[in-house]
Amino acid sequence: MKQLAIMAAIAALAVSGLAAAQQATRTGPTAPELAHGRDVFARWCAPCHAVGPRLAGTMSLQAKYQGRVPAALEDRTDLTGPVISLFVRNGVAWMPPFRPTEITNADLAALNAYLTAPLNQRGSHAPLLAQEMAQRRQGQ
Amino acid sequence: MTAATFADGLGAMRDAVGAEWVFDQPADLNTYRDFYSVMWGEPEERLASAAIAPANVEEVQAVVRAANERGIPLYPISTGRNLGYGGAAPVLSGSVVLDLKRMNRVLEVNEGNCSCLVEPGVSYFDMYRHLQESGSKLWLDVPDPGWGSMIGNALDSGGGYTAAPYRGHFEAQCGIEAVLATGELLRTGMGALPGAETWQQYRMGIGPCLDGLFRQSSLGVVTKMGFWLFPQPEAYLSTSVDVFRYEDLEELVDLLNELEYGNLFNGMPGIGSPVLSQQSPIAMAVVPEPAEMNRMVTESGLPAWRASFNFYGPERVIRAQWDYVQSRFAHFPGVKFNEASFTRLPLSAADLERIQKPRFGIPSLDIFAVGSRGYGDFNPSDGHIWFSAVIPRSGKGVIDANRVIRSECARLGLNLFMLAPAVTCWTRSFVLFAAVPVYKDPARNQHLRSAVREIIATCASHGWGEYRCPPAFHDNVMESYSFNGNMLRKVNERIKDALDPNGILSAGRYGVWPGHLREGREA
Repeated sequence: MKQLAIMAAIAALAVSGLAAAQQATRTGPTAPELAHGRDVFARWCAPCHAVGPRLAGTMSLQAKYQGRVPAALEDRTDLTGPVISLFVRNGVAWMPPFRPTEITNADLAALNAYLTAPLNQRGSHAPLLAQEMAQRRQGQ
Repeated sequence: MTAATFADGLGAMRDAVGAEWVFDQPADLNTYRDFYSVMWGEPEERLASAAIAPANVEEVQAVVRAANERGIPLYPISTGRNLGYGGAAPVLSGSVVLDLKRMNRVLEVNEGNCSCLVEPGVSYFDMYRHLQESGSKLWLDVPDPGWGSMIGNALDSGGGYTAAPYRGHFEAQCGIEAVLATGELLRTGMGALPGAETWQQYRMGIGPCLDGLFRQSSLGVVTKMGFWLFPQPEAYLSTSVDVFRYEDLEELVDLLNELEYGNLFNGMPGIGSPVLSQQSPIAMAVVPEPAEMNRMVTESGLPAWRASFNFYGPERVIRAQWDYVQSRFAHFPGVKFNEASFTRLPLSAADLERIQKPRFGIPSLDIFAVGSRGYGDFNPSDGHIWFSAVIPRSGKGVIDANRVIRSECARLGLNLFMLAPAVTCWTRSFVLFAAVPVYKDPARNQHLRSAVREIIATCASHGWGEYRCPPAFHDNVMESYSFNGNMLRKVNERIKDALDPNGILSAGRYGVWPGHLREGREA
């Protein structure tokens, strides 16, 4: 419980410098140095935290912040590396921690870089796997 | 074991896998805790002493030998995502978790044989990407969360939602390679015959079929497994049959059974009650007495019972099957037939917005929406556990199980957020699935543990046993399979002693302990 209380406090701090946008317009290419971080996000975070309905993480953050910050993590501009790392390695609510065999420390650094970069460098939203594969099939 | 022996063993393991893949610091070990543990933060919580992540079979063998020589307990995990059933934590505290996530190669996909051979770190997401990127015609069968391991899920008897031969994941496996406690390598079935091209075609090989030794077991580290895969069908049809009297359930189930056993449909069927699902679509209310239920049906206009039928195949074949199914239910008073959806395959990007992904073998984490803060009044919670008992496949079985679980949960003060008394992943079984929210609160968890233990005993008194459960209840459930003085457990212990004499592998998993720990057994 103590750990949860600490995380809640940190999350509250993270919100204090909050972003106004509910969902950012995200187009264009991702800056090359952020590509790895975007891949990590697509693989490990997007299945719950992408923009879209009925996704656990996005629903939870909408309920928690009521639109004061974007519900989709990828559109947040108020996160910091230490906050992201804390949640990835400690989990919260139904989100379990991620082990270093899943998200290595190097992956985590890349993820932090992606989620803290200016929005216009992040490029389009990371895709959900099934959508990415369907679009690829239709493009062929 | 002395600290020096443990340190010496860990050193040998470090030599085998490389220092960066040995985790023994608190921050790293924190990620190996069972995040949905019903013992969180209590002395009983099962915690790893270290974790080792080998990259290949040779490294697994070296780690196992190092452990066996020193009596160090090991606990293999595949992707560690068996949430609600233990996650990445061991059953015995102090075990070294053998984390196989790095062994994530798809070794073969055979399009002609419609099969694959994979390593334990391959998740459903990984395999889906592999099949799609390679232009395969093959489908996966996936459980609800897609980050789990194909091998780990099969070994714990997980299941999915597509066609009958693929839904039971252990039943769809064909060929196992396992490292034994001695470090020796075993291949089952045709894999035991050098040069055989039939490892993923004929499961049994010769003699006793040994695959079952590795299901929910403590006898080996599975390093390869073959699976049969479903060639993508032309179309999918989802339908249902509604009936409007309490008394209709018995015949509804009998007919559903006859049709499934006769191969008249191949998708996963369902049995539910719209009139009893008004408060929650995923938690059936208690089944009332017949007159009361029939009154509720009349008042609401909702069906008493709904059987759903799903079909995969060429359109003209599955439409003919659906026509036939309807003909068998035409005599029920007021029966209604519904065609919920018809989908041609492959799916388009637009289809993905409206379909239930697991019915199409598409991995996702959509199921976790039930745990989000926006979902239900039991949230925010810190996870869930499953209670999943095998019940008789009959109308009476469904009603009895519903009433017993509902009354026991009311008596014991347990809050079910999901109750489905007739889940039918396996073609010959009904399983009662119930889900209970978990909180990181020792007082609530102590109550939860004692309540679940009572329910396990109550279910056993009706002849219902769990097919799978969280580690906190492994001993209790194994104890309930008590025919002839618990002969099932005794034989398991004899096999354990023969194959793992030092008792190093997965001690305590599903109630089978090595000899030196049997005295401490809870049950």
